[in-house]
Amino acid sequence: MAYSDKVLDHYENPRNVGSFAKDEPNVGTGIVGAPECGDVMKLQLKISASGIIEDARFKTFGCGSAIASSSYVTELIKGKTIDEAYAIKNTQIVEELNLPPVKIHCSVLAEDAIKAAVSDWKTRKAGGPEAAKKVG
Amino acid sequence: MTRLVYMDNHATTPVDPRVLEAMLPYFTEKFGNAASRNHAFGWEAEAAVDRAREQIAKLINAKAKEIIFTSGATESDNLALKGVVEFYKEKGNHIITVATEHKAILDTCKALERKGLVTVTYLPIDECGVVNPDDVRKAITDKTILISIMQANNEIGTIQPLHEIGKIAKEKGILFHSDATQGVGKLPVDVEAMGIDLMSFSAHKIYGPKGIGGLYVRARNPRVRLAAQMDGGGHERGMRSGTLNVTGIVGLGKACELAGELLESESERILRMRERLRQQITSALDEVYLNGHPMQRLPGNLNLSFAFVEGESLLMGLKDIAVSSGSACTSATLEPSYVLRALGVGDDLAHTSIRFGLGRFNTDEEVDYVAERVIREVTRLREMSPLYEMAKEGVDLKNFNWARD
Repeated sequence: MAYSDKVLDHYENPRNVGSFAKDEPNVGTGIVGAPECGDVMKLQLKISASGIIEDARFKTFGCGSAIASSSYVTELIKGKTIDEAYAIKNTQIVEELNLPPVKIHCSVLAEDAIKAAVSDWKTRKAGGPEAAKKVG
Repeated sequence: MTRLVYMDNHATTPVDPRVLEAMLPYFTEKFGNAASRNHAFGWEAEAAVDRAREQIAKLINAKAKEIIFTSGATESDNLALKGVVEFYKEKGNHIITVATEHKAILDTCKALERKGLVTVTYLPIDECGVVNPDDVRKAITDKTILISIMQANNEIGTIQPLHEIGKIAKEKGILFHSDATQGVGKLPVDVEAMGIDLMSFSAHKIYGPKGIGGLYVRARNPRVRLAAQMDGGGHERGMRSGTLNVTGIVGLGKACELAGELLESESERILRMRERLRQQITSALDEVYLNGHPMQRLPGNLNLSFAFVEGESLLMGLKDIAVSSGSACTSATLEPSYVLRALGVGDDLAHTSIRFGLGRFNTDEEVDYVAERVIREVTRLREMSPLYEMAKEGVDLKNFNWARD
């Protein structure tokens, strides 16, 4: 099983790796997956008050396809509204990265990560400062 | 370093040039069928086969006629288990084996269980991968006809206490089979001292060609009988029909001869290289765990878990180095290594494991290069890992509320 060029590219030159500062405002964090499954993705989205995604960061524990899926998502999502982000389907990721059938679940996890991050931002926005202490 | 580095010698090994040289005449000049009794082509081939039987027997302290040729260790395992179960079915129908055996043993056991021909006890191992001989003794019933325990494990390298188990088997009059595919030619093997009655081995793990292996079948004290699984012309004393793969057999014989000559010096050298690799890696990285027994271990085997870094992504980063991983992502079934699971290694660490298999043709230079690359890629992947970040912040990963479907 040779790796696709795009997957290799994201592995060697991942986009937007890292984390926002803990006290950075307007950040939604989604952590999906589990260590025992061999896949954990952390996606952070910096979202403006009007619901536009301004910036993103990711960290992933997982295979090359999982890393590439989450890296690609951070590129895809910048500039989108949260509704547009929520509508992103894993199939877009599969197509872009040429993921084989056995790796499709990596793209599904990336889609879940987006939804988790957006939900987290909404909860914090609604709950005020107290909600910000919830995650992590 | 421009060439790819091969450090996966448990999966397979390159054919030693000396082995290849020994094999070549038997392709085009001395190409006779070893069973052709009536002309020189046949006699020549038969002589070569007999020579190979001697070479192999010498390595394991057996008699030449006790060596049966097969297509490989998988077939040998099948023949040993199915052959014994069928032949001795009046005597009993219980097998004792270990949870960490190769699939060629485990799957054969499962197939026999499904057919209702046997019950099987799969013994556990300790956290280093060693089976307790007392557990073997306790599992024996009056229906037990076979104990099958591998000499050394292909994933974690752990060596089993065959001498003790052989004694118990002899005491109880039960046949003792060992899948010695990873041990023959690398560790001392003595079927007499170890009380072994049947033993599987393969050429391609010891610098011989793929497609040829053998089964040692004891001829005296006791005389072991098997029901053939390949019927036909009655080759190999009726135990395995099929025209002999003369070229392969010559290769296997030569590989065994070389292995015997080099065993001591080579295992020392390979052990030194392995320790060099291990020390370089573990002195530069934290949270690295050894899987398997630290000392009772194949000299060339190093199986390490790099916490917080998934195995397949590490393999991707080491793309010019051939090693393997116990991660689910690298297996066809998406299941993490059952061997690591049996050790009690959590699935999270199983996903982070890498197996290095050093061999005859590796060098210190390669070891230093691999260590440097591993350290670099693990460090990079840890920077990208949410688990490493959380662990450094003091988050209890075991009790974290992971969101899974």
